[in-house]
Amino acid sequence: MSEEMVLSVFRGDQTGGREEEFHVPLETGMVVLDALHYIQAEHAPDLAVRWNCKAAHCGSCSAEINGRPKLLCKTRLDQYEGQVVHVRPMHAFPLIKDLVTDVSSNYRAAKQIPAFSPRTPAPFTMYQRDVDRVQEFHQCIECFLCQDTCHVLRDHNARDRYFGPRMMAKIAEWEMHPMDTQDRREFLKDVAGLPMCNVTRCCVEVCPEHIVITDNAIIPLKERVADLYWDPIRAIFRRFQRSSTSSQPSSTVTS
Amino acid sequence: MAQPLPRETRNAGPARRQRAPRLWLEPTVTAVVFGLFVLYSLWEVFFHNNGVYGNYVSPFFSPQVGRWFGMKSFIAFPVVWIPFLFRGTCYYYRKEYNRAWFWHPSACASPEPTGRRYTGESRFPFSWTNLHRYFWYLAVIVLIFLWKDTVQAFFFTHGFAVHLGSLLMLVNAIFLTLYTFSCHAFRHLVGGGKDCNSCAFGPNAGKATTSYTLWTKVSRWNQRHGSWAWASLFSVWVVDLYVRLLIMGVIHDVRFF
Amino acid sequence: MSENRQSSGLSPVNLDTIETHDYDVVVVGAGGAGLRAAIAASEGTARVAVISKSLLGKAHTVMAEGGVAASLGNVDSDDSWDTHFYDTMKSGHFINQYRTAEIFAKEVPDRVLELETWGAVFDRTPAGKIMQRPFGAHSFRRLAHIGDRTGKELIRTLQYKVIHQNVDIFQEVTTTRLLTDEEGRIAGLFGYYREDGHFVVFRAKAIVLATGGFGKAYKVTSNSWESTGDGAALAFRIGAELMDIEMVQFHPTGMVWPPGVRGLLVTEGVRGEGGLLYNSKHERFMLRYDPVQQELSSRDVVARSIFKENQAERGTPHGGAWLDISHLPATMVKAKLPGMYEQFLSLADVDITREAFEVAPTTHYVMGGIRVDPETEATNVPGLYAAGEVACGLHGANRLGGNSLGDILVFGRRAGMAALAYAQSVDYPTLIPAQIEEEVRRVLAPFSRQDGERPYHMMSELQEIMTTYAGIVRSGESLAAGLEHLELLRLRAERMAVQGSRAYNPGWHTVFDVESLILLGEAVIRGALARKESRGAQWRTDYPEELPEMGKVNFVQTWADGHVVVREEPVEPMPEHLAKLFESDQAPGVVRQAARKANQGGGS
Repeated sequence: MSEEMVLSVFRGDQTGGREEEFHVPLETGMVVLDALHYIQAEHAPDLAVRWNCKAAHCGSCSAEINGRPKLLCKTRLDQYEGQVVHVRPMHAFPLIKDLVTDVSSNYRAAKQIPAFSPRTPAPFTMYQRDVDRVQEFHQCIECFLCQDTCHVLRDHNARDRYFGPRMMAKIAEWEMHPMDTQDRREFLKDVAGLPMCNVTRCCVEVCPEHIVITDNAIIPLKERVADLYWDPIRAIFRRFQRSSTSSQPSSTVTS
Repeated sequence: MAQPLPRETRNAGPARRQRAPRLWLEPTVTAVVFGLFVLYSLWEVFFHNNGVYGNYVSPFFSPQVGRWFGMKSFIAFPVVWIPFLFRGTCYYYRKEYNRAWFWHPSACASPEPTGRRYTGESRFPFSWTNLHRYFWYLAVIVLIFLWKDTVQAFFFTHGFAVHLGSLLMLVNAIFLTLYTFSCHAFRHLVGGGKDCNSCAFGPNAGKATTSYTLWTKVSRWNQRHGSWAWASLFSVWVVDLYVRLLIMGVIHDVRFF
Repeated sequence: MSENRQSSGLSPVNLDTIETHDYDVVVVGAGGAGLRAAIAASEGTARVAVISKSLLGKAHTVMAEGGVAASLGNVDSDDSWDTHFYDTMKSGHFINQYRTAEIFAKEVPDRVLELETWGAVFDRTPAGKIMQRPFGAHSFRRLAHIGDRTGKELIRTLQYKVIHQNVDIFQEVTTTRLLTDEEGRIAGLFGYYREDGHFVVFRAKAIVLATGGFGKAYKVTSNSWESTGDGAALAFRIGAELMDIEMVQFHPTGMVWPPGVRGLLVTEGVRGEGGLLYNSKHERFMLRYDPVQQELSSRDVVARSIFKENQAERGTPHGGAWLDISHLPATMVKAKLPGMYEQFLSLADVDITREAFEVAPTTHYVMGGIRVDPETEATNVPGLYAAGEVACGLHGANRLGGNSLGDILVFGRRAGMAALAYAQSVDYPTLIPAQIEEEVRRVLAPFSRQDGERPYHMMSELQEIMTTYAGIVRSGESLAAGLEHLELLRLRAERMAVQGSRAYNPGWHTVFDVESLILLGEAVIRGALARKESRGAQWRTDYPEELPEMGKVNFVQTWADGHVVVREEPVEPMPEHLAKLFESDQAPGVVRQAARKANQGGGS
């Protein structure tokens, strides 16, 4: 194939920038990241792009291609034949340079999540059917595309009020772990900002690992928070249970 | 995935600029349909005091609690809020109306109004969506009456028969049942709230519990929750309209056998 | 923070403006070994930092697929540490450090269970224990896994553990030089933030290198851009010894087509789960090369077999072999190998549940590395430790699949503990300003060169040279030619130039990667020339046999006055109780299993 593709790549930093056009020869099976590497080698050696594995395992090369949040290494160029391919950095995060953004807010949020605290040290006896549910969340590659597309972070800049879909999946992973003893419901409501999500499911649409974040993590967590704060019948039941069994193991364990 | 452009366009000149995705289409259609349904419902419950035609009972007027207490006007009111709020607090409808009516967001990764401070579902009235489970409990009771109505719709003064109205009622009851039992809150109630379904010790260790089996099933139905939401919305609409038109004498019921 | 953050070109060096941090232990590298070391070092009250070239959780560990080998015995109860030790030594062709392998085999089950305690969720057996899958040249089903994404599970678990520890993490900081004090002990390191190019100096009592391998020295590789051997080169330049560096593993199954994904790893798990290899004549050629272990033979054997089939013109259209798993139920393939299914579908338009796919050998791992003490991972430079792929000793001439994930856990922990103990026994070192000044000049030099060589072109030429002359098949002639080409390249590379500013400039970053790789490339070739035999990953056509006398030596390299010096060191002999394990042709666990079965048969 000797066809040529036109890529319009954002160049710039906090002070401003614009898209620059590059012509790239199209090869069989080429992905957008291949094209960017070609541009680096031949035209713009200082074009900043974050990438690591080029195999959709590490989640480093997130960007927006023709307006859609995608992994550069997994997006084939041939699907855009006849079009200009616009490549821009993730919109929801502060720009560093060109296609590289500052995603450190995610790591700061992650640090605040109460860690997994098991009933006993391993080895655990856990059955596959009981871990299927959490293993879905373990597929996450932390590309933060869900954070990018989430309108709470993207349009309302509410990173201080909502941890975002990725962190909800992480919390669900620990909260639903069969051996976990930590109760993160108050944290979810008051710190992680779970109520900020209005279940519009954009995170599910962009996930390259096909994790159904909204239905399998966020909504079940919302229901668990509702158990504690929005269910008077359960509240009465809980009070009754607490007074009748004083030797009940505490629901939270401090490590 | 984007479709490649037809050959002619591709060769016509230099590469096209950014294609204009029709991101407004879906939310607009949803907004219009939901809006029409709400307007129709208001017209129906405010201006009508009868939802019964022979052995047919419109889903808007069932069960006829208003009649039991001898109400003369607004007789749909004692019950009609239940399905209305059940849908209003439903996770699927939340997605649809947050996108279509409030544009939070109108479509993924596209700009949305940022004027007012966004609070998501943390403040009234949206925080009350957390009560979804209670509307589910009530909706199940309403659903039981609906099935009673549906059976009744096959028994005419001259005995058992199948009319167009009976079939519409049956389809409606099926859709509503699927919609109700694929609910996210129900999924949580049957087993989603548990972290472990086979952690019991003793001879049953490692065996699937009833709640696990149920949860697995509901999880499967739940994937189609949106489809059932739309299907049952239209089926309710159609059945009510059918009954209304019968009462008004605009149409006549069709008997199959 | 420095004043001249955005400036390019030479600027007067003012040491007072350079950001400086003091730490007891600094870990370079945030892959599995680095994070495990940091966790171990942060158990007390010591100040610990992790420096990472990329973001947290993106390191090459994330690419590990098949599993972590540990003799838990959940599936095959006859497995035990001695069998794992036996397999490891045997596959390493006995030039591994026996003590390293012994510690490894004994400790790795605890390290795996520890991960489970920290939140890793491995696939389960029907009895609710950690599931273990078979892998090449392991006597038993031994690899704990989660689908085909085990590395991701490891690094994610360690990552979330470490952020909840008392550890400072410096993301996207490149280390360009290790600093020493007057006595030659570790004093710290010099680096720069990739984000804006400003310099940073860490003063440290002890440094743990966990920077991984240098698979990027080759054109077709499963390694990510990070695997440029920084740690080995940094340590080598300040006097640390490298060992067995010629041992570069070629994984038998990398993707072949389309060109953009050439080299991408196809997990050994495909064969572990029952995948079969065919040549263009639809023969299962592995039956010829290794009738016993067949597809699950050790990696060097399978890689060579595919290479030989292609030499005999029985290869696939793009020069590989067919790997077929389509005889298994599609649901099982998708459950056990979800990453592979997705990878082939999205990148190569191939549905592996329906058709066979092409695979060919790809550069995967470096068995050689910095020479370390088996117990403490200490190098010969006081205060410098190394763990994981950057270190040498466990794998010998060929690494078993699943042993690298165990390696980083066991020796990452040990290195962290030893570094902490050392740091607690010494005072803060004194930095030598001249070293820092010199490094600032060196690091900025590429900006001031006009019309110099392009770093990207240097990188691809280097990869071309290493692939052609020191690849899967070598000879004295090819190696000598390679050395010549490499020397010319090195001279040209001294004139590398970069454009633009210091802010996130990949061209500039590549300069240091190229420098490390050229140095290590030379070490590989010199090691390969010294080892006049074929053993494990080293396959020399002029010395096709494995020679007993060569099995008694390791080749150790040092850097003296700008030259690589190679010397022989005897392989430490095993003590009697371990040597006895190898008297039988079979692994100890296999012998026990046979005895047990015979007993049961006789009893019933």
